[in-house]
Amino acid sequence: MTEIGWQPAASLQALKIRADMLKAVRAFFDQRDVLEVETPILAHAGVTDLHLHNLTTRLSGPGMPVPTTFYLQTSPEYAMKRLLAANSGPIFQICKVFRDDEISRRHNPEFTMLEWYQPGFTDVQLMAELDELLQTLLATEPAESLTYQAAFQQHLGIDPFAKDAHEKLFALLTEKGFADAIVREDSIDTLLQLAMSMLVEPEIGQHRPCFVTHFPASQAALAKLDQEDPRAARRFELFYRGLELANGFWELTDPQQQAERFCADNALRLQHGLEPQPIDEKLLAALMAGMPDCAGVAVGFDRLVMLRLGTDSIQDTIAFPIDRS
Amino acid sequence: MANYSTNEFKAGLKIMQDGEPCVILENEMVKPGKGQAFNRVRIRKLLSGKVVEKTFKSGDSVEGADVMDMELAYLYSDGEFWHFMNNESFEQLAADEAAVGENVKWLVEQDVCTLTLWNGKPINVQPPNFVELEIVETDPGLKGDTAGTGGKPATLSTGAVVRVPLFVQIGEVIKVDTRSGEYVSRVK
Repeated sequence: MTEIGWQPAASLQALKIRADMLKAVRAFFDQRDVLEVETPILAHAGVTDLHLHNLTTRLSGPGMPVPTTFYLQTSPEYAMKRLLAANSGPIFQICKVFRDDEISRRHNPEFTMLEWYQPGFTDVQLMAELDELLQTLLATEPAESLTYQAAFQQHLGIDPFAKDAHEKLFALLTEKGFADAIVREDSIDTLLQLAMSMLVEPEIGQHRPCFVTHFPASQAALAKLDQEDPRAARRFELFYRGLELANGFWELTDPQQQAERFCADNALRLQHGLEPQPIDEKLLAALMAGMPDCAGVAVGFDRLVMLRLGTDSIQDTIAFPIDRS
Repeated sequence: MANYSTNEFKAGLKIMQDGEPCVILENEMVKPGKGQAFNRVRIRKLLSGKVVEKTFKSGDSVEGADVMDMELAYLYSDGEFWHFMNNESFEQLAADEAAVGENVKWLVEQDVCTLTLWNGKPINVQPPNFVELEIVETDPGLKGDTAGTGGKPATLSTGAVVRVPLFVQIGEVIKVDTRSGEYVSRVK
């Protein structure tokens, strides 16, 4: 008889630790007067990002005689920004988010995101707050910080902003055994992302958490560009012990630039043979109405639990990961 | 041969790499939150036996390898080839020295072996986990030693050399684990 695996993947001990960590997160934000909010998991629009794929479902009901496509959110960012534009003040959310085609020891297609926004903060101030949260939850040492450019220069000897960066990266990646993963026509971002994942990440954030700041403008996502060096965006990520834990922005508030980025994403999608995605007009309308200057960050909560448990598998932190769902 | 996309990758899948059939041992997706996903795989090359790491862009396809395993009984060697027979169809296949390799010392007539075929040609011969072979040479050993402490080398009829307990003598048939090359027991 084949055994039906009904039991949870995570141990009860792991689930208790997970629950304790959730409590600690809520206490952390309660002390700082950050309001807990809930925004829709199902929304009229998804994301245009080239490398993020929304799961969709179809909804019927009044006004929807033909079932209408809704998008399961890859992050609560757009709706939270609409709250900020409605003068919510500082807000945080702990919610399930969904990403298609992401299953690995570090990915479950449905996972828990901790996301928060601080009006009036810069990315630097928000990184300091995230560092405090990390020290509270994981008893880590204070994080270190280096720019994307410095990370590549120190660990690979390549300046990612130099004119010959593409050529040098291609040669280095080929030499390091990644010839099957790349072609000359690949964008600089593809090469940078491969080098970051395979060659830089293993070298950083092993002993203490490490912020990588000032991502290339071509990977700005929803961050504003750096005023002193427009080749860089005020986007940061946090790495610790081989895990990418967080992605944050000093947020872009300009609706015109935001609309242009969405369109540029869709153009890239077409180039790669992917469907362009509907643009979230409600977010653009909120930016038009005026979103306060703010910084925001999204943290993979399950990965924090992985670190606390000392496991290298996200399945150990979730009662019923996708293969048992 | 069909192509396989990275989402079809799993342990055991046979693919072509560097002109050689390979089997995937491990497959892992590596994906930055907002970046391109890659598949990092560990593969064993089936001709050289080498284990190497490869990385592909997720969504890319690679050529499959026409590799299959067959259970065939060992018949005999003519010095150049080792001949095997399918016990059901009585079809015969010959494996060369490169395919038989070191496992030549575990080939026993009538034993059913697993032959790996690439485009119909044997590239590997895997003997059964246990084989029974006669000892043709070993030191007489100590009389009365039955505890089997220490042991001594013994040469088997195929030329294989294994360590056996002191009490085992020339002419006896022993059972050997071909995976470790270790003595298991005497066979009555």
